[in-house]
Amino acid sequence: MIRRLFWPSFALPGAIWLVLLFLIPTYAVLAVAFGTTDPIFNNPVPVWNPLHWQFASMRSVLHESLPGRTFWTVDVRTFAYVAISLAGCLAVGYPVAYYLARHARRTKTLLLVLLIIPFWVSYLMRMLAWIGLLLPDGLVNRTLMDVGVLSHPYGWLDGQASSVILALIYGYVPYLILPLYATLDRIPGSVLEAGRDLGASPIRTFLHVTLPLSRHGILAASVLIALPMFGDYYTNDIISASPRTTMIGNQINLFFQEGSQRTIGASLVIVLSVVLAVLMSYYLWVTVRASRTTELA
Amino acid sequence: MKRMRDWWANPWGQPRLLGVITWGYMVWSIVPVGIAILFSFNDGRSRSVWQGFSFRWYWGDPNSSVLHDPALRGALEQSLKLAGLDMLISVPLGVGLAIGLTRWRGFGARPVNFLMLFPLVTPEIVMAVSLLLVFVTLYKIQLGTTAQVLGQVTFSISYVVIVVRGRLLSIGPEYEEAARDLGASALGALRLVLLPLLTPAIFASFMVVFALSIDDFVVTDYLSSNSSTQTVPIKIYSSVRGTATPALNAVATVLVIATLAAVTLAAVVYRILNARTGEKGTGVREIAALDV
Repeated sequence: MIRRLFWPSFALPGAIWLVLLFLIPTYAVLAVAFGTTDPIFNNPVPVWNPLHWQFASMRSVLHESLPGRTFWTVDVRTFAYVAISLAGCLAVGYPVAYYLARHARRTKTLLLVLLIIPFWVSYLMRMLAWIGLLLPDGLVNRTLMDVGVLSHPYGWLDGQASSVILALIYGYVPYLILPLYATLDRIPGSVLEAGRDLGASPIRTFLHVTLPLSRHGILAASVLIALPMFGDYYTNDIISASPRTTMIGNQINLFFQEGSQRTIGASLVIVLSVVLAVLMSYYLWVTVRASRTTELA
Repeated sequence: MKRMRDWWANPWGQPRLLGVITWGYMVWSIVPVGIAILFSFNDGRSRSVWQGFSFRWYWGDPNSSVLHDPALRGALEQSLKLAGLDMLISVPLGVGLAIGLTRWRGFGARPVNFLMLFPLVTPEIVMAVSLLLVFVTLYKIQLGTTAQVLGQVTFSISYVVIVVRGRLLSIGPEYEEAARDLGASALGALRLVLLPLLTPAIFASFMVVFALSIDDFVVTDYLSSNSSTQTVPIKIYSSVRGTATPALNAVATVLVIATLAAVTLAAVVYRILNARTGEKGTGVREIAALDV
């Protein structure tokens, strides 16, 4: 009996922690979203029993998400920003990861160190850096005016969608490159040589060997950065702070930080989570499958 | 033209365009941060126009330098305090969870394994909202340092598990079995064989958790009570658009330097530990190959 409990007992503290502070909190969101509101203090009153759940706030959130309504614009904008930023991240990140995995020789360690440095610099610090550059009298405006592209300072920080998207790309691309690099680094060189020996051009080898072999890696890494981007509100708040660029994350944050309509906020969190569940399941599926193959090997 | 064609046709030649993109990316990713650090030494109040070099915003200014402004100093202390507590709690929990999950083959292992992956993919705002709601409505935990630590540990554990489990899988069960065959108890084999082999991974976990904690904004902000539990990222978020002085750059710079120093130290120790077990490598490639 004691022997049978030996290994589980190591996992127990961590497992209990995750149940108490991950699983139950997730249920708390449901209980609040489907709960009621204290009419006097305007506090959310969670309903823990699913049989007594109220769906009024969820219904209003879904109603507002219909085309033409408040949340619809925000939802569409969020999807557009995330899609464009993701494409930008891939356009920058894939070549870098490819070069590192395939071609960097003597400089590889140096490049990897440079690649990891952003991970040790806080995300907010990296945004702070861009604020300094994009201020009206910042380096970007002054350079563009010196060159003659601009005649007067451009308001990069006054609610520009392009600034938000560039900031998102800058913020998230390191998180894409590392897993992509790991995937590309695992493709054996012999497979590529075989492709070349059989007469395929470099481009054909890339399209028919490298790309298919890194497909799951690309998708998993994209999911990995798309998920936090969907919930991001701070990049937007810092770079734009204008309702013209509001994303879902900002909307949720508004309902919680202002504190007035937490049931609505919790309902929005559920809607977001359900939409993202598709992406999450894909990532989990890839991870579980990968860990199984390593265990077999 | 012929040179261009030869260069293109040779698959093992240096692809210069890719090289240019890569180095361009490195410059683009690091130079803005470098400029922000430079402006922390600015003599004037501007964060974008250079007015001469000074340490005014570090300690020179009697009111609003990092050393003398209680809000900035407090933020720095809170960031480091949370990182320390997060490391102390989540690394033991994660190491235990990783060991348990790799060796335990019972019916409960699968669901726990699955549950452990979720914090990795849940958007932070979802996690922050759920922790805030459960603390306020069910657990009645006061927002502040305790709540922030509980929240940070929750998302840190999974990363520790990933790092340690990778190492466990590559070690395999053979060393432990040999120890058991030679008469060691299960606990003895764990203490004398497995833990020493895991030391580099445990070390790497400390580094990763430190970085996660220092970097975290959303969960820490949602679970903070008032200005006394603000961390450096929260301070940046709340004042970067206002009339902040280069002192903000200075406090962020101090944090960057502290982190880089801690990481360098850790990398050196990691190297020594690895050399003792007869392995090569600086740890950079191991961490870069980390699939999280």
